[in-house]
Amino acid sequence: MTDRVPFDEAIAAFDPVMGLEVHVELDTASKMFCGCPTEFGAEPNTQVCPVCLGLPGALPVVNEQAVESAIRIGLALNCSIASWCRFARKNYFYPDMPKDFQTSQYDEPIAFDGWLDVDVETEAGPQTYRVEIERAHMEEDTGKSTHVGGETGRIHGADHSLVDYNRAGVPLIEIVTKTIEVPGDLAPMVARAYASELRDLIVALGVSDAHMHQGSMRVDANLSLKPKGSTTLGTRTETKNVNSLRSVERAVRFEIERQAAVLGSGGTVTQETRHFLEADGTTTSGRSKEEAEDYRYFPEPDLTPVAPSDELVQRLRGTLPEAPAQRRRRLQQQWGISDHEMQSLLNAGAVELVEATIEAGADQATARKWWLGELARAANETGVDLAELPITSADVARIVALTDDGSLNDKLARQVIEGVLAGEGSPDAVVAARGLAVVSDDSALLAAIDDALAAQPDVAEKLRAGKVQVAGAVVGAVMKATRGQADAARVRELVLERAGVPGT
Amino acid sequence: MSAAELTRSTAAELAGRIAAGDVSAVEVAAAHLDQIAATDDSLHAFLTVDADGALEAAGAVDARRAAGEPLGPLAGVPLALKDVFVTRGLPTTCGSRILQNWIPPYDATVTARLRQAGVVILGKTNMDEFAMGSSTENSAYGPTHNPWALDRVPGGSSGGSSAAVAAYQAPLAIGTDTGGSIRQPAAVTGIVGVKPTYGGVSRYGLVAFSSSLDQGGPFARTVLDAALLHATIGGHDPMDATSIDAPLPAVVSAARGELGGVEGLRVGVVRQLQGEGYQPGVQARFDEMVTLLTELGAQIVEVDCPHFGYGLAAYYLIAPSEASSNLARFDGMRYGLRTGDDGSSSVEQVMGRTREAGFGDEVKRRIMLGTYALSAGYYDAYYGQAQKVRTLIRRDFEAAYETADVLISPTTPTVAFRIGERSDDPVAMYQADLATLPSSLYGGPAMSLPAGLGDDDLPVGLQIMAPVQADERVYRVGAALEAALHERWGGRLLDRAPALAGVGRGAR
Amino acid sequence: MPALSRDEVAHLARLSRLDLTPAELDHFGAQLDVILSAVARVAEVAAADVPPTTHAVPVVNVTRPDRRRPSLTQAEALAAAPAAENGRFRVPRILDEEEQ
Repeated sequence: MTDRVPFDEAIAAFDPVMGLEVHVELDTASKMFCGCPTEFGAEPNTQVCPVCLGLPGALPVVNEQAVESAIRIGLALNCSIASWCRFARKNYFYPDMPKDFQTSQYDEPIAFDGWLDVDVETEAGPQTYRVEIERAHMEEDTGKSTHVGGETGRIHGADHSLVDYNRAGVPLIEIVTKTIEVPGDLAPMVARAYASELRDLIVALGVSDAHMHQGSMRVDANLSLKPKGSTTLGTRTETKNVNSLRSVERAVRFEIERQAAVLGSGGTVTQETRHFLEADGTTTSGRSKEEAEDYRYFPEPDLTPVAPSDELVQRLRGTLPEAPAQRRRRLQQQWGISDHEMQSLLNAGAVELVEATIEAGADQATARKWWLGELARAANETGVDLAELPITSADVARIVALTDDGSLNDKLARQVIEGVLAGEGSPDAVVAARGLAVVSDDSALLAAIDDALAAQPDVAEKLRAGKVQVAGAVVGAVMKATRGQADAARVRELVLERAGVPGT
Repeated sequence: MSAAELTRSTAAELAGRIAAGDVSAVEVAAAHLDQIAATDDSLHAFLTVDADGALEAAGAVDARRAAGEPLGPLAGVPLALKDVFVTRGLPTTCGSRILQNWIPPYDATVTARLRQAGVVILGKTNMDEFAMGSSTENSAYGPTHNPWALDRVPGGSSGGSSAAVAAYQAPLAIGTDTGGSIRQPAAVTGIVGVKPTYGGVSRYGLVAFSSSLDQGGPFARTVLDAALLHATIGGHDPMDATSIDAPLPAVVSAARGELGGVEGLRVGVVRQLQGEGYQPGVQARFDEMVTLLTELGAQIVEVDCPHFGYGLAAYYLIAPSEASSNLARFDGMRYGLRTGDDGSSSVEQVMGRTREAGFGDEVKRRIMLGTYALSAGYYDAYYGQAQKVRTLIRRDFEAAYETADVLISPTTPTVAFRIGERSDDPVAMYQADLATLPSSLYGGPAMSLPAGLGDDDLPVGLQIMAPVQADERVYRVGAALEAALHERWGGRLLDRAPALAGVGRGAR
Repeated sequence: MPALSRDEVAHLARLSRLDLTPAELDHFGAQLDVILSAVARVAEVAAADVPPTTHAVPVVNVTRPDRRRPSLTQAEALAAAPAAENGRFRVPRILDEEEQ
């Protein structure tokens, strides 16, 4: 069990210094250097060719769409765009790398020196932090290995590995922040907020679906600690396998606690790559390296330099969408909600989802209610981000519509949601399959009411005598009998009528 | 025509006869396959002979001809292809154990263009492993022997291709030239070899040794044949980002003399590429070429290229550096040799064992040299500095081409050396490329033309160099000189090669 | 120019994934020394202000449109694999994690 110091203690003694590296898989039609498809989930080794398989003699040719996406990402992050840059080879041996080098960019990234503002909720209210961007550059993805024979598919103890190169050569944009120094208590949140804001930006640009759980957006969290008041940077670790926005926050938090324990007991932090464990939110040592890897970078001789013209950059600048922060301010005004309410939506990763639900026909208050309430709870329970829930904004809008027209009540709506999340189908399909419609047929209700009245003769007596407050008992019985699928208000009306309450 | 006449013919002659219906492509292919069968036990020029494929391709040309379809200028002509170009369905070894029996699933662009042109690929030729060498002794499959003297090297790394043409096994061959690997073998086997401008011939499917230097090019017995082949394989390829997106230079017209001869042309003699280190016979033949050019009306100028002396050092930093990266993919994971996989060893161990067993000494040396030159801390002093020297060499050429239209030198300092003579001395072996390296680093075109016999009555070549993308100039000068020399000699230099046992090589 | 120590040669061999024998380490070490002496003379050239040349023909912006081209079939991709299983390349156990 790794030692850790409680978070508050850790940040009382140390200041965290973070760096975030995000890899974004572009959803171009073809790969970075060849014409193979980039689809997720295909049969293994069916989306490969001599180039991305690294066969002897094969040569790369740059995908022009990937270059444009890289420039747009750089512009959206307020970066300068290089007027001339090159690809470089990063040389190291690994079975998921077909060429045993990765074609990337080294000291000449296509975009550099930018920033992204992120909003977090603090005790003093919403605060904006400016995360500075060091660079964004183009590179290619590797193949995917599955490890066989060991525990839980991890490398340790594995007997052999199986490699699928479908993913090899898919275009990646790597975005690296400069060091981020914020008050310790905010560090995990700022890290998450950055990842979230960046994700929103990428999706708004339309260059990637940025699904963290599918690997089309990967966040590596670098963290080191400085003793409070010191200016000397500590040894940093890099944590990978962070597969959701929640995990970004948890990983940073854990590393702060772990490193504080190491340093606090007089030890030194090992410079290493660590692996985040979803199950318990801890990180484990990913690899022991005796020596730092020497990648022997040199300019890629098989490719020409990339020199975006001013005209191209200006044209691409004109294609940038509204920045997410700007969009939020606009929506906040449109919806008439407070800063705090918008921040809650942002924290929950619900802004887009609510917007889409409203566009699909729901009113903003109800849309917000469902996403921040029932659905946020479901996401937390299953440990995923809201966006990963298997329910769409169209689904939610439909449920709202069904509730509005009386077909569903809140309780039934919750059951429909449960059904959709369980993969039972669309809201209408769930309603039909589970028979969840509000019973609006009075005759069916009357039958249930008669049964209930007959079963509770003393209550029926009191009702006839005009003591309406006991109606609840009958209503409850009818609701139970109809498994909650009745409109309680209507049942009450009918009960009073049926029981012969004077005046109904 | 007899088999002997067929194998002695030039590519242009054969193509003409096939097109005219005087002889079938199948007959031509068969004659050359017979020549290979009769001579390759002594020569070992070929690693794979594809008799079935060749006859089938030849048959297809005959069928097209019979159907009245137009045939390209080399349709039906046999060719030997250096085993560094991938060929779908045919083994491609690059002269290495690590690719023994590897069958590529695709064709190189050069291969595809040859097939499209109706050229009949007879098989794949021997080479120094991964094109690293100047003698073909570094082949994992044994050396090729020089048809002029079987105890001599045929040059390298394209020794198999050069020997095949010199021994009449094929009228045409394709080689690759990174530091001289077409030109030097051509010189020491008495035939024509050309390194095109870098980017002039697609490298897609050419197994990479040094990416910024490798170039595929033609071997032939005449300048015109070389031009016809150059024109067939050259030109822009969208699959190779370094290929030149411009029309091919007019090499065939130049070879036919349609762009003129050498009268009035300024021919630069490079001070640094002659004299000390060059055998007396080599220097004498070169001096005679200078005289001949003057007689033909060229204007000889002396040019000084002060950085050429650093060419060898720069090359032996740049090429191994790129090679160390290009050869990393041979790791036993996806194709080729895998050894030492006992079920409990790690991937790192298996990679290490595979490469140890699969690579020869010269390849290992260059990989380590390249790894060193690119290492953190050494990059600036070695690889970085070498690329700067490369710029200085380029500037020397650019300055030289202000005063000269072409430059000339001996192709290589010595005639063919004996097999085994230099194999324990890498640096001695590297000297073979002294004269060819500068134009490789610059990227300009260069030809080796047979210039006469030197020491031990072995062939000597003249190197003709031209500015980047001015390939037609080397063919223009080469053709003019070739014509004059054939007149002077009463035939080709190759006619003086000692007889090899084989079809049609007996009496003249 | 200092000679390469045996350790340095061993390090180069490791970096290059070459399992050299002790005899090879000695033999290649000596040869590399000689070669390095020959190539080190690039340092003699004063080239402080000289830009490096990485491409013989200085072209920029060679790209391809974002279009699909036919891929290999799974069988073609695996045809030369030393070991394959379930449509994937089977490789020996990996010691060092290098997740992407």
